[in-house]
Amino acid sequence: MTNTSGSRGKCEIAFTVNQKPETVRVYPMERLLDVLRQELGLTGTKEGCGEGECGSCSVLMNGRLVNSCLIPALHAAGANLTTIEGVARDTQWSALQAAFLECGGAQCGICTPGMILASCQVLATKPKPTLDEIREGLSGNLCRCTGYMQIFDAVMKAAGRSRA
Amino acid sequence: MRSNPADFELIAPGTLQGVMSILADQPREWLPIAGGTDVMVQYTAGSLASRKLISIWNLPELRGIEVSSEEIRVGAGCTYTELREHSVVAKEFPLLARAAAWTGGIANQNRGTLGGNIVNASPAGDSLPALLAYDAELILVSVRGERRVPYVGFHTGYKKMKLEPDELIRSICLGRRFSRYLHYGRKVGAREAQAIAKVCIAGVGRVHGGVMDDVRIALGSVAPVPLRLVEVERMVQGRSVDRELLQLARDATGSAIQPVDDIRSTAKYREAVSGNLVAEFLEQLREHTVTS
Repeated sequence: MTNTSGSRGKCEIAFTVNQKPETVRVYPMERLLDVLRQELGLTGTKEGCGEGECGSCSVLMNGRLVNSCLIPALHAAGANLTTIEGVARDTQWSALQAAFLECGGAQCGICTPGMILASCQVLATKPKPTLDEIREGLSGNLCRCTGYMQIFDAVMKAAGRSRA
Repeated sequence: MRSNPADFELIAPGTLQGVMSILADQPREWLPIAGGTDVMVQYTAGSLASRKLISIWNLPELRGIEVSSEEIRVGAGCTYTELREHSVVAKEFPLLARAAAWTGGIANQNRGTLGGNIVNASPAGDSLPALLAYDAELILVSVRGERRVPYVGFHTGYKKMKLEPDELIRSICLGRRFSRYLHYGRKVGAREAQAIAKVCIAGVGRVHGGVMDDVRIALGSVAPVPLRLVEVERMVQGRSVDRELLQLARDATGSAIQPVDDIRSTAKYREAVSGNLVAEFLEQLREHTVTS
């Protein structure tokens, strides 16, 4: 992530997205969210509030959940990124995605990619999470449709537990 | 209106020395950006004053938590997640670990830094009352060298602080002397995650022979700066907790704070809650006598 040129204008930034190496030529302050959607066509990542409050634009950066609307492109240099497009295995839903479908964890769909990635982070750090751990892990992701219960059910199901 | 990225510069020298040289050569020209959880919000809203940003994210010199027998030194670039996950912070400075868990959601905790919370200088910063209660000291660094200053008094007014234009916070030092203290912290807000506090409190203190000793109380969101309640601390020193003292402490709290009406709450509510929180802390301190 070294760039001392100090000159205005675009720069080349290389990173890995969903295990595929990519190089983009963008302004260093472009938001990672816009780079993913506009430069790479990865429109699964959604913009909600644009200020880090809603979690719709969540992606994993080096295995950690981040809001891509708050990441300047330069900070993604060299990073390993996972977007919703990288969660499914080939044409197969991941267990988490299947659980969201089965439990009614998605309605309008705007929060869903972020919810899935936040859930991925929960399950990566706590393979058998309690309901409280799931609630905390998803507390930065807002949903205006489901009332959250179906989403919590889905994460519990993916972890091989039932909520009741 | 949303900012146009073409109007902005962002450079990443990659070393602390590299950043400090640029800050020294061109003072007030460059705005440091770490995790970006505050800076990027202003950028997107079109309200960021500076067009030139210099990255301090991931600088090795600002990372990590050093533990010695006397104190811990938290690198200014430590994220809330790193604070939460650190065993010594969790055990000996629980108010700081809890404040880190209250700040934003997981995604913001993965990016927001303790140094950034201090320099952003919001009176509502969740971690700041905890730093006041633990009597934190800051190590500030520039090409001119390092200096160590108490955190209390660092903020001098709304978004104003005793930091020279060429300086960065390098680390936050916390003395390891609170193991026998009561640690009391609460955030009163619409919800814990994401929502910014209406009132936030951190208090530490101990009881010797039935009387209070070395009590420190700090409140957030009730004044232009995070506030130490020095008058209340003096008032309770050497006293035992009774109804009369609780009332005096509530009154003194009301006199010390300067709450305002804003989108999150009202001055009246903040004053009532501040008094209640101080009283609750002192009452818990009384119970602490029995158990310690």
